[in-house]
Amino acid sequence: MTENTATSKEPIKASEIDPKFKYELSRMHGSEKLLRCFQCGTCTSDCPVARFSDTYRPRTIIRMAQLGLKERVLNSDTLWLCAACFTCTDRCPQGIEVASVIRVLRNLAAEKGIVPQVFKDQAACILESGYAYKIPELRIKKRETQGLPPLPKGNPENIRKTLKGVKFLEKTEKEGEQA
Amino acid sequence: MSSKYLIFLGCAVPYRVSSYEISARKVLAKLGVELVEMPEFNCCGLPLDPVSHETMLILAARNLALAEQTGLSILTLCPGCAGTLKKVNKTLKEDKELREQINAHLKESGLELKGTVETKHILQVLTEEVGLEKIKNAVVKPLTMLKVAEHVGCHLLRPKEVIGFDDPEDPQTLKKLIEATGATCLDYIDETECCGAPSVGVSDKVALQLARDKLNHVKMVEAQALITICPFCHIMFDTNELRIERMFSETYGIPVLHYPQLLGLAMGMTPEELAFNELRVDTSKMLQVIKEGVN
Repeated sequence: MTENTATSKEPIKASEIDPKFKYELSRMHGSEKLLRCFQCGTCTSDCPVARFSDTYRPRTIIRMAQLGLKERVLNSDTLWLCAACFTCTDRCPQGIEVASVIRVLRNLAAEKGIVPQVFKDQAACILESGYAYKIPELRIKKRETQGLPPLPKGNPENIRKTLKGVKFLEKTEKEGEQA
Repeated sequence: MSSKYLIFLGCAVPYRVSSYEISARKVLAKLGVELVEMPEFNCCGLPLDPVSHETMLILAARNLALAEQTGLSILTLCPGCAGTLKKVNKTLKEDKELREQINAHLKESGLELKGTVETKHILQVLTEEVGLEKIKNAVVKPLTMLKVAEHVGCHLLRPKEVIGFDDPEDPQTLKKLIEATGATCLDYIDETECCGAPSVGVSDKVALQLARDKLNHVKMVEAQALITICPFCHIMFDTNELRIERMFSETYGIPVLHYPQLLGLAMGMTPEELAFNELRVDTSKMLQVIKEGVN
């Protein structure tokens, strides 16, 4: 995935604004305190990713969410750059869980079908084996010679049962079948 | 006192960081920590949190419920797993409504979460359970000639309110554990910054720049090795070090060790026993320093 101008410089049109978006977010687990942000910029200035990205700015994402620029923020590639280090969450003087607000926004983007490939691959692996990566057979066999006990097995059947009804997984699985 | 934990390996360790598992098991066994394998396993859920918080909650809760049946606490090697299992246990214990929702899912495979299991990262077990004194006593070959830098990473410490371990702004635990081996632990710029690993796959360029920045700072203080306690941080610095060198025309040659490897050396184990052969960056120069220091 490339970095795009997610925080687009295009002028904001009134028709883009969803005035209820911030309230919707305020009711979701993790973004309850969104409205407290007064744009001090602590999150962005302390963000390790923002140092090396020309576009990722947590403060901007928070402001866009407050303004109700729902489509813009959910369609932004930049949203996916957060490394979830939680520095912003720990240092926000307003007590906003900034990294969790970003997670909520990513979850909403995923509901719209915007999911970077890496997450689709991991979801597929978990459903298949319990592990987030496809562990090579060679590595599993090598454990014995390394003096390691056998790798605990996943229980795909039970994992699937447990995750029944989770929209995100049902959607990605369906897409996978169609692809 | 002997202690017993369920070991939660996570996904990254068996996938490509077996040196961490091998060295951790050896060191823990020698320090009297008994490990029991998970009856069955699924990912802690953290990798899917960005796309589905609900999936993460269910996957984490499933592991916690499986652990509850054994009556043992969980020990993890990966701070990501530790952070996730701790956070989910706390959240679901406090939020009855959410717990009931998640338990409705777990019921499908005959499980129920009560919120009784404690999760600890290996670093916590080493400091809180084994204790610095016992570790110091186990050191037979102090690494006094060695100067290293530490990288604790993010998820063992943050978010502070949930994790409540050490001080995320100026963590001391790993430093003290390093000093217990006799080695010197150097301070460097931006010691608590992220390694960049979670951004791999979304933007490798940004992720590797984060790791490069850290390696630059570690090089600046002339550390002879970098000590990590997370499989992902280790991949960023060890597996990717050559790639970063090539990409940015830098030279580092900084060996990256899992803390149990460093401790194991001080406890008299050989590099072979501690799976040094699995490391990418050449460790011979560092091992020479140790050898000369001991002799």
